[in-house]
Amino acid sequence: MSEILVCNELEKNYSCVKALNGVDLKLEKGKIIGLLGPNGSGKTTFIKIVAGLLKADKGEVLIDGEAVSEKTKAYVSYLPEKNYLDDTMKVYETLDLFSDFYQDFDKEVALKMLENLDIDLNRKYKNLSKGMKEKVQLVLVMSRKAKLYLLDEPIGGVDPATRDYILNTIVSNYAPDSTVLISTHLIADVEKVLDEFIFIKNGEIVMQSGVDSLREEKGVSVDEYFREVFKC
Amino acid sequence: MSWNFDNNKPIYIQIADKIEMMILSGEYKSGESLPSVRDFAVQASVNPNTMQRAMQELEARGLICVQRAVGRTVTEDSSVIEKSLNQKVKSITLNYLNEIKALNLEKEEVIKFLEENWQN
Repeated sequence: MSEILVCNELEKNYSCVKALNGVDLKLEKGKIIGLLGPNGSGKTTFIKIVAGLLKADKGEVLIDGEAVSEKTKAYVSYLPEKNYLDDTMKVYETLDLFSDFYQDFDKEVALKMLENLDIDLNRKYKNLSKGMKEKVQLVLVMSRKAKLYLLDEPIGGVDPATRDYILNTIVSNYAPDSTVLISTHLIADVEKVLDEFIFIKNGEIVMQSGVDSLREEKGVSVDEYFREVFKC
Repeated sequence: MSWNFDNNKPIYIQIADKIEMMILSGEYKSGESLPSVRDFAVQASVNPNTMQRAMQELEARGLICVQRAVGRTVTEDSSVIEKSLNQKVKSITLNYLNEIKALNLEKEEVIKFLEENWQN
């Protein structure tokens, strides 16, 4: 089976707001895919459903052929858009937490990345800058040997140099047969690391295509095309 | 250092062009082995699959060979490199001539200007 994620007619409503309106989607193994859409288009809702934090009202999600459960959570590595770690913990304590929680967590890999980033393991989480917090969380999430990585806005709050570092971390750490789904609206920054992109608008998938196939067919970048499709 | 790319061309073509330039300029010499796809991808900050495609493009151009257990090496066929270099020089020269001729200069003036600026 070459698909890691299959979604059929996913729907999710928040009281009277339709967050997802019939999402059909297939993601292949071994790809880096951008989930791109304007604010409020349903990116985070979609990711949370796949991560098992929200339940869809309708439709089905299959991850490597299985419905979302504790079983799939063991091989889905999820980076939320917000800080979710206990602020009073020290960095090395969060490493231990991940070791306890996830069998596929490779502490050696995490330690090496944190060393490259010059992050002091004895610092408390609340004393780190916003950018450093994001880096530590990404390191934790990417140090798992997961089949599917769900990264919700991994580069939102950091400077351009750090963005490049984070993208490099993603490129150099994902296993060739695992899939990375990155949600973002900073398209120009992520475009070169993507195989494919998905445009999501008002809770519906409006396009799924390869980055280079778009360039070959239309002669424009994903960033330019996004501006055209989502013109206000 | 990540590489920069234009918006209007496929990224894999731009990577292939860039590596071709490295070969033509002698940065990677005939017969020399190239970094792995993954190392190259990290160096350029691009997707490994895109880098893989760029490598296939370079194979199709005849500039690199894949050998079992050795990996990718720059071709040892110097005529391929020479041909590709000639094409490159020709296309750069024609582009330059198009622009400079639009200024209605004499040939001697242009050559003089080239000589004066060669060192810089």
